Amino acid sequence: MRNTQATNLIFELSQPGRSGVCLAASDVPKQDPAEWFPAGALATSAPPLPEISEPDVVRHFTNLSTLNMSVDTHYYPLGSCTMKYNPKRNERIAAFDGLAQIHPYQPAETVQGMLQILYGLQDMLAEISGLPVVSLQPAAGAHGELAALMLAAAYYRERGEKRTTVLAPDSAHGTNPASARMAGFDFVTIPSCSDGRVDIEKLKEHLNDQTAVFMITNPSTLGLFDDQVQEISDLVHDVGGLIYLDGANMNAILGITRPGDFGADMMHFNPHKTFSGPHGGGGPGAGPICVTAELGAYLPKPIVGFDDSSQTYFLDNDRPKSIGRVRSFFGNVGVLVRAYSYILSHGPVGLKRIAENAVLNANYLLSQVKGFLDVPLGNRCMHEFVASAESIGKQNGLNQPAMDIAKRLLDYGYHPPTVYFPLTVHEAMMMEPTETESKQTLDAFAKTLKAIVQESPEVLAAAPHSTIISRPDEVQAARKPILKWTPKQD
Amino acid sequence: MPYVFNTDDEQAEMLAAIGAASIEELFECIPQDMQLKRALNIPAGLGEMELTAHLQALSVQNKSINEQTCFLGGGSYDHFVPAVVDALASRGEFYTSYTPYQPEVSQGNLQVMFEYQTLICQLTGMDVSNASLYDGGTAAAEAMLMAMSVTRRNKKVVVASSVHPEYRQILKTYFACIGSEMVIVDCGTGTTPVEAIAQVVDEDTAAVLIQNPNFFGNVEDVTLISEIAHAQGALLVCSVDPISLGILQRPGDAGVDIVVAEGQSLGTPLLYGGPYLGIMACRESFVRRLPGRIAGETVDRDDKQCWVLTLQTREQHIRREKATSNICTNQGLFALRAAIYLSLMGPQGMQDVANLCTQKAHYAAEQLTQHDRFELAFSDGFFKEFVVRDTQNDVQQLLQQACENNILAGLPLGQWYDELEDCLLITITEKRTKQEIDELVNVLTQ
Repeated sequence: MRNTQATNLIFELSQPGRSGVCLAASDVPKQDPAEWFPAGALATSAPPLPEISEPDVVRHFTNLSTLNMSVDTHYYPLGSCTMKYNPKRNERIAAFDGLAQIHPYQPAETVQGMLQILYGLQDMLAEISGLPVVSLQPAAGAHGELAALMLAAAYYRERGEKRTTVLAPDSAHGTNPASARMAGFDFVTIPSCSDGRVDIEKLKEHLNDQTAVFMITNPSTLGLFDDQVQEISDLVHDVGGLIYLDGANMNAILGITRPGDFGADMMHFNPHKTFSGPHGGGGPGAGPICVTAELGAYLPKPIVGFDDSSQTYFLDNDRPKSIGRVRSFFGNVGVLVRAYSYILSHGPVGLKRIAENAVLNANYLLSQVKGFLDVPLGNRCMHEFVASAESIGKQNGLNQPAMDIAKRLLDYGYHPPTVYFPLTVHEAMMMEPTETESKQTLDAFAKTLKAIVQESPEVLAAAPHSTIISRPDEVQAARKPILKWTPKQD
Repeated sequence: MPYVFNTDDEQAEMLAAIGAASIEELFECIPQDMQLKRALNIPAGLGEMELTAHLQALSVQNKSINEQTCFLGGGSYDHFVPAVVDALASRGEFYTSYTPYQPEVSQGNLQVMFEYQTLICQLTGMDVSNASLYDGGTAAAEAMLMAMSVTRRNKKVVVASSVHPEYRQILKTYFACIGSEMVIVDCGTGTTPVEAIAQVVDEDTAAVLIQNPNFFGNVEDVTLISEIAHAQGALLVCSVDPISLGILQRPGDAGVDIVVAEGQSLGTPLLYGGPYLGIMACRESFVRRLPGRIAGETVDRDDKQCWVLTLQTREQHIRREKATSNICTNQGLFALRAAIYLSLMGPQGMQDVANLCTQKAHYAAEQLTQHDRFELAFSDGFFKEFVVRDTQNDVQQLLQQACENNILAGLPLGQWYDELEDCLLITITEKRTKQEIDELVNVLTQ
């Protein structure tokens, strides 16, 4: 039963004089801070934060947590996000004192175990990607894209080439064009063919001596492996450009094929997806990037090195061609430790089975829904597929049928698929079951989905019916933004 | 192989339903010559017991701060994390959920974001906050890019050398691609020289970036620098230590236009440098240029108060190459930790922590400089960190000696500042006791 009192805004729970902590008195002789600081540097009063007891804080946030769907509680086939089970063993491991309670500026000789983990992860990601040089520093997939594009810019600068353009297909994640702009490039969108593959003829029209990088997501956001990828990379390489692989969908090809073997020069991993870092209610991720030997010198620094003579690991900052830092300290280490642990849980056989079963589960779900929901891009897919609710909308007179079906799924206790992405499919519903779901879960989900599309338009348009709120007014939220709580005026 | 559950029989049924003869057939779309026809060359898979033992063995090769006394800081701090933060943030409903694309089943996360934004505004005195960025360093870089967009000036920014050296390195990396000039103002005296700022800030300058307390721990004259920047139409971006705001003037009350911070101090352990939390807050008029997720209040179809992701037309998934940044979802779990921490601490707790830090830091500085070997490098007021000069110029020997006594004595500054080669940055949090400080002094003066 929901405790509505505890989920009032924390500011409304505040009582003057209350506190959730009680700190010990200072054990050094007390002095007056006013003597240390220039006039005006000290605040005249404490910051106006809420005043809450410890039990009230616990009850508040515990009750708030129960208002979320999560992988631990619900099936969560959110396409492109790879919402697989997050092993509890990795949480316990990442919390070991020797991994969590170490300072980033400790001398290398006091963190050899951590450096060995990070070095090992660099090696394993190089082998999995087929790209030999790795930086673990970027803090997220988008950050990895940005770092790699900055690297490409540095590479061309050094070669004295002025290349201005980054290209990506229309099905690309929005981060691709946004990263290109931040790295100082112009961006060109290449259309896809009706079968979801890159339109090679259109690509050729845009390739020239200005081409810096072609960014490709393969398998694509449509859940398809573009078998022209070698041809594409040859075309791009022929004009002197580089291939960037957006590794968001690596879950589908682990141990099956490697970006370095199909022409990619640079790529990022999303360890929070592929290697099961918990998504944290909206982060953290990490965005390690792997590149060819030729581009390795430009990677952000430091990377972890191993000194043969002393048999010790060290942070290698002596990399004169490096683009420099993209993040403070070493990166999102906690996410990387979980990725290391996850990869070691699986080994070569296990990683391949992840890909096989992610693809099996997606194809099975596709086979179960295609009878009542259009799947415009065919009967086979990789780790995910994109259905379209467009014809259901037409039959039922619904304006946004993908949205309505998604909202109705909430009533049945399912997190909906990603909707309205990719932009190339109308009324898109992008489903990614992941390998950690059982056949029973997929059957039950498909059965529910089938029942939903047969429900009356009124029921769908009014959904969800059972959640604590329904269809918030997002237009009003954006038109008159209220972005923080303010005390009510009496 | 722990996380695939369908039995061989079920797999066969699934293949039959698909109409495929084998799993290999599902991969036929990948040309044969691209397929890896060998096993990946990585170690064999481990069971939970062996895995745990392996990582335990690696873990104990690291010397944690529970085995030594930590006087290291420089942007990553050994503040106390109340048990409540871990207990609540480790609830699966928080940490195995994701971006609140479906607000009906994400009101928990959305309300936390809204509360976090409010708490950050209360702490900093700013109008609006986003829901998080990666870390303090990238937040500073994003703020400078945002300032260029707000002022429509893209030629030049000014950065104080007392800003964290790694943050400046990140800025240099980001700015190398866009061809804007980054002027560094030398802070050799320990704080940002106001006259030098006045000399370099001109009508082409988008923003001035300072840090307060700065990398040396010293308190800057924020108000005066903001007046200089504003006189030329430039913005003041200030990177702050959130713990210091328990007693120091809030940046919003000192004329700062965009505040950024490393939020690790607010309830996150050291984690060898990450994941941490980038904080960013600004004036209301800049909100549509703010990068990152933002939660907003609205009502649902029954007029019930609720929260949604809002102002998404700033963002990459809508605006693509015209977005304010490429950033998408990032450090939600650490914004949650900060929200829990700030809720627990309240005004009194924040004031107490800040006071304990500064009282103990001043005690440590006084004790250390009673010995001839040590002197303070700067005469400015400092908060919880101070720079001490070893008049015998043997910082490495000091660190070694301390290390042998299970003390991380401080951060050698010569790696970033040539003129501070004989100096250590020593950090004192509320966790350091008088006894630990006395021991540090003993060991360094043996």
